Amino acid sequence: MELNACIPDGPLEQKWEKHQFDLKLVNPNNKRNYRILIVGSGLAGGAAAASLAELGYDVACFCYQDSPRRAHSIAAQGGINAAKNYRNDSDSIFRLFYDTVKGGDFRAREANVYRLAQVSNNIIDQCVAQGVPFAREYGGLLDNRSFGGAQVSRTFYARGQTGQQLLLGAYQALERQIGLGQVKMYTRHEMQELILVDGVAKGIVTRDLVTGEIQSHVGDAVILATGGYGNVMYLATYAKGCNTSAIWRAYKKGAAFGNPCYTQIHPTCIPVTGDHQSKLTLMSESLRNDGRIWVPAKHGDQRAPDQIPENERDYYLERKYPSYGNLAPRDISSRAAKQVCDDGRGVGGTGLGVYLDFADATKRLGARKIEERYGNLFEMYERITGEDPYKVPMRIYPATHYTMGGLWVDYNLMSTIPGLFVMGEANFSDHGANRLGASALMQGLADGYFVIPYTLGGYLAGIKPSARPKVDHPSVKEAEESVKARVSRFLSIGGKETPTHFHRELGKILWEYCGMARNEAGLKKALQLIPELREEFWKNLRIPGSGAEVNQTLELAGRVADFMELGELMCLDALERRESCGGHFREEWQTPDGEAVRDDEHFCHVAAWEYTGDGKTPTRHVEPLSFENTHLAVRSYK
Amino acid sequence: MSNTLTITLHVWRQKNAQDPGGFVEYSAKDISTEMSFLEMLDVVNENLIHKGEEPITFDHDCREGICGQCGLVINGRPHGPRERTTTCQLHMRSFRDGDDIVIEPFRAKAFPVIKDLMVDRSAFDRIISAGGFISVPTGCAPDGNAIPVPKENADLAMDAAACIGCAACVAACPNASAMLFMAAKISQLALLPQGQPERYTRVRDMLTQMDAEAFGTCTNHGECEAACPKSIKLENIARMNRDFIKASLTYRPDTGLGGGA
Amino acid sequence: MPASQPNALTAGNRAAPFLDSSVGRKVVMAATGTILFGFVTVHMLGNLQAYLGAQVMNHYAEFLRGLLHGGGIWISRAVLLAAVGLHGWAALSLTLANQAARPVSYRAQTYQASTWASRSMRWTGVTLGVFIVYHLLHLTTGQAHPHFIPGDVYRNFVTGFQVPAASVFYIVAQLCLGFHLWHGVWSLTQTFGLAHPRYDPLRRFFAYGIAVLVAGVNISFPIAVLTGIIH
Ligand SMILES: Cc1cc2nc3c(=O)[nH]c(=O)nc-3n(C[C@H](O)[C@H](O)[C@H](O)COP(=O)(O)OP(=O)(O)OC[C@H]3O[C@@H](n4cnc5c(N)ncnc54)[C@H](O)[C@@H]3O)c2cc1C
Ligand code: HEM
Ligand code: HEM
Ligand code: SF4
Ligand code: F3S
Ligand code: FES
Repeated sequence: MELNACIPDGPLEQKWEKHQFDLKLVNPNNKRNYRILIVGSGLAGGAAAASLAELGYDVACFCYQDSPRRAHSIAAQGGINAAKNYRNDSDSIFRLFYDTVKGGDFRAREANVYRLAQVSNNIIDQCVAQGVPFAREYGGLLDNRSFGGAQVSRTFYARGQTGQQLLLGAYQALERQIGLGQVKMYTRHEMQELILVDGVAKGIVTRDLVTGEIQSHVGDAVILATGGYGNVMYLATYAKGCNTSAIWRAYKKGAAFGNPCYTQIHPTCIPVTGDHQSKLTLMSESLRNDGRIWVPAKHGDQRAPDQIPENERDYYLERKYPSYGNLAPRDISSRAAKQVCDDGRGVGGTGLGVYLDFADATKRLGARKIEERYGNLFEMYERITGEDPYKVPMRIYPATHYTMGGLWVDYNLMSTIPGLFVMGEANFSDHGANRLGASALMQGLADGYFVIPYTLGGYLAGIKPSARPKVDHPSVKEAEESVKARVSRFLSIGGKETPTHFHRELGKILWEYCGMARNEAGLKKALQLIPELREEFWKNLRIPGSGAEVNQTLELAGRVADFMELGELMCLDALERRESCGGHFREEWQTPDGEAVRDDEHFCHVAAWEYTGDGKTPTRHVEPLSFENTHLAVRSYK
Repeated sequence: MSNTLTITLHVWRQKNAQDPGGFVEYSAKDISTEMSFLEMLDVVNENLIHKGEEPITFDHDCREGICGQCGLVINGRPHGPRERTTTCQLHMRSFRDGDDIVIEPFRAKAFPVIKDLMVDRSAFDRIISAGGFISVPTGCAPDGNAIPVPKENADLAMDAAACIGCAACVAACPNASAMLFMAAKISQLALLPQGQPERYTRVRDMLTQMDAEAFGTCTNHGECEAACPKSIKLENIARMNRDFIKASLTYRPDTGLGGGA
Repeated sequence: MPASQPNALTAGNRAAPFLDSSVGRKVVMAATGTILFGFVTVHMLGNLQAYLGAQVMNHYAEFLRGLLHGGGIWISRAVLLAAVGLHGWAALSLTLANQAARPVSYRAQTYQASTWASRSMRWTGVTLGVFIVYHLLHLTTGQAHPHFIPGDVYRNFVTGFQVPAASVFYIVAQLCLGFHLWHGVWSLTQTFGLAHPRYDPLRRFFAYGIAVLVAGVNISFPIAVLTGIIH
């Protein structure tokens, strides 16, 4: 397998413009003869479907929810970055580029990140024009805030619902095209297989989640925008339906999987209360702007928080990282919380939690100001925990939140399978080993609105219009049959346990051995436990009902089956990456005071895994990364 | 702090759209008050699967009150007894030991039942596709700060835009009207300068679609506002009525437009 | 319907004409409701003259009949007739649509915000319709009046209410009127889009006040006759 990133040459600032010019164009009259299949209607998929339809392509878009508006992008709270420099605080495209590369611990491609920073400004303009109600100043101009520890105020936001508003903007543009007949929308359809004809992506097989019908759809290009796979951990901040199935099938058909072990654990989530827990809820990072994080200084201190005097508290982030304090980046804050809890100083019923305290801020700013800033978040916290954060400190704990890994793509967002493009969180991303706050929304929309409309055209210009296979082509039939066989296999196991049971068990293994901190022994243990669990899964699964109706147990089983395989690849990747970088922390590679140690000499590359058959160890390919416009510095937030 | 409850559920079970359906009683034991309502149903479902019975089908996704996919009528109230809360954000501490809980799907002609508690709300998407947008193809936008928006309007637009499309308003309305949902979108766009060019065609087009979907009409009961998890206000309905009247009074039959100066 | 369907507009329809749209018919209801509401208020004030005696009241009746050389009353009759007709038509068509919109009702229905008044508009409205017919036969044309004397409005008024059954029906109808206005007056401001948080409490209060006033004063007439205050 060859990994050709197709990075245009020339100076960094001119690469994208030059590339756009070099890409071949599709004749406007021909566009409608190309059918594009887009899986996913989140920020990336929704934006792409609308934009490509506006250009005149014949678009079909798929999502598993009942409406494209419900894609998981809707849950993003904090905001979206752009290099507008509206605050005159010395922001620039180059600074956003630099911060993103550095934040990603120098494991991202410079050219991609620079393009991302360049188009970030167009995104804001586009969204404003769509009617996204971004926060405004009294003078009527757009408001910005500093987010996720950035030193400049470049984050645009719409209350605590930025993702929702951006998604609704894309959704409305998409609905307009649906109304005009340019997009055919397939809701409650799940992609189950990718169709290749002579090694080129030409279609997908879906299951209609209402009727159970297995259908093939053929097109001239396939775009996956199916979001992240963090639900592999079972407990995560993702929506329950988020899955890896689409990209996993593509991986098994030959698309390389980039950096599967890079997961982001977000420091401020509501802690687990018990085994019944079905998901974790994120509390916006903005809380860290005013809240102070602490645990009791003594082990096993059971006193109520207000009974613990100031000098017996450990404000560990402020202590360890005096200049960033409570705003230290996500990976660092998360790991620090784990350390104090592992140390036996965690709070709450399970001992897995730390305090996020607003007492000082309330004294300083007054309760009214606090309510103004965080009222809705406090209310949400109160709803979930039954505790009033105006009176007692919040309890928080880290949870899986984002996956930087995903299908490997080149500069054109094309995977190693010709004709298969991957966008948004589903690709291995521009965020390197760690994503900065408010950058995922930016990347999803950049990919969908401003990259794919150009690069896809470049691909399509090279193939004949309407050259797609017929639905009765042998390759199509074969893919369809394999999906049917899989469904019957699930239904015929007739064991005892539910898919949720297996999912929970898988999550425990991964959280323990491939979570916030990893080591060789643990990863090897996981690599032994996961196949055992998988075997048990295929023997002892029980799915009531049939495949020819709504069957949510069957849907879940399919997703869990894929997670079982992905989990193993994550551990393998984590094992092979013998360094600590960003979200990937190997205990063997740390300084005496617990800071990550990168190994640029051996690991300054993307790891891209090639599937070689069931039961066989996949092949690890590398795409070397070079840093010409930034220096490979040690990321320090001291 | 944590307690456990034993409750009796009366759940609407319906195999598919053709099946007449009916209530089935289930007993749920050892339900922790820390559980969300959906987690309680998960527990019931796990037990059903263990027994080889079909679990109760219900829609959900984000489980944090933002995607709008969940929605059950619990003891006669869409999203249950807590105000401004979605079903997924409702927790079992809102109930008492020994409670009887009736769980029904959202009822409206426009929302046929798919299975059990899952209904088809695609009518909402068609209302949006009829005009709930600003026509601005990608790449045509001026600078984000080119048009200032008064803060009051921006905030009111955001209030309206907070709608999650859950359809509890329809479920609660004695007339099964979709006015609150539709008015929220119309208001949001009407409050912003970007929404002005299509303001008056939008309101007529969306309303035409709502009527075509067999929703009822608004007789100003106000149940929708009370059920709405996102506090969308009746004021939006008044605002859309205003726009509709203006659009109709100034309608130009030759062009199909109206609302102009 | 998993795949999206075209919406009504792409299916070739243009936006519906005013009266075909639900809000259009609501506006008809509100406009005619306003006329009717205005009429009952003025009518109530006119009837208050019953407390001033036969002369004043009959004089007033004559004055009304003489307006615009006798044309005034016919104009107002025409307007009222049209208003009631349109109002009833809109009410009927919307009620049918609303009932069809929820074919299966809830087993456990609980209401949070709506009132008995808002949910019974169609019944209080129908009662009012029946009342109007009876009322015209009673006090205007006299067919339903046992002791009708053409032209002597005051006498007809007194002898009419001396029949207890008639008075009871009047009282019931006025209660219906009160409930109908209580929700209706608020509702019509909402339909006309007259909403603003600053005036919203006022809107509610106004509707409530009008309802109590009109119904209260109207109910006082039969009671005053039965108790002999007016004779
Ligand atoms: C709680 C939370 C808060 C966040 N806050 C922020 C923030 O403040 N700022 C920020 O920049 N980022 C934030 N993020 C990250 C960001 O929201 C996501 O990374 C981003 O929205 C992903 O967008 P997407 O379009 O790639 O995928 P998604 O929005 O996840 O869309 C995936 C789509 O694919 C479809 N799909 C998936 N699988 C299948 C299948 N098998 N078949 C058919 N369809 C399928 C789904 O139906 C859906 O339409 C947050 C994430 C979470 C979880
Ligand atoms: C023919 C008999 C009548 C019927 C069947 C009837 C029925 C109705 C109905 C169903 C409504 C709609 C309820 C709503 O929108 O909330 C309504 C509204 C109203 N009615 Fe009547 N009504 C009748 C007579 C009257 C009379 C005689 C009056 C005046 C005294 C009146 C005044 C109003 C008003 C003011 C409204 C509010 C309009 C609005 O909602 O915008 N109605 N009526
Ligand atoms: C207790 C309450 C009421 C009393 C005492 C009352 C009394 C009268 C009297 C005395 C007349 C005859 C006037 C005349 O012939 O000159 C009259 C006419 C009439 N009343 Fe009433 N009325 C009452 C309530 C109502 C209500 C609630 C309505 C409407 C909803 C109504 C509608 C009419 C109409 C339409 C006429 C006929 C006017 C005409 O000549 O065209 N009345 N009323
Ligand atoms: S208006 Fe409220 S109840 Fe209706 S769909 Fe929107 S959020 Fe749900
Ligand atoms: S409850 Fe229904 S009647 Fe109108 S005010 Fe709300 S839509
Ligand atoms: S599941 Fe998303 S709002 Fe409840």
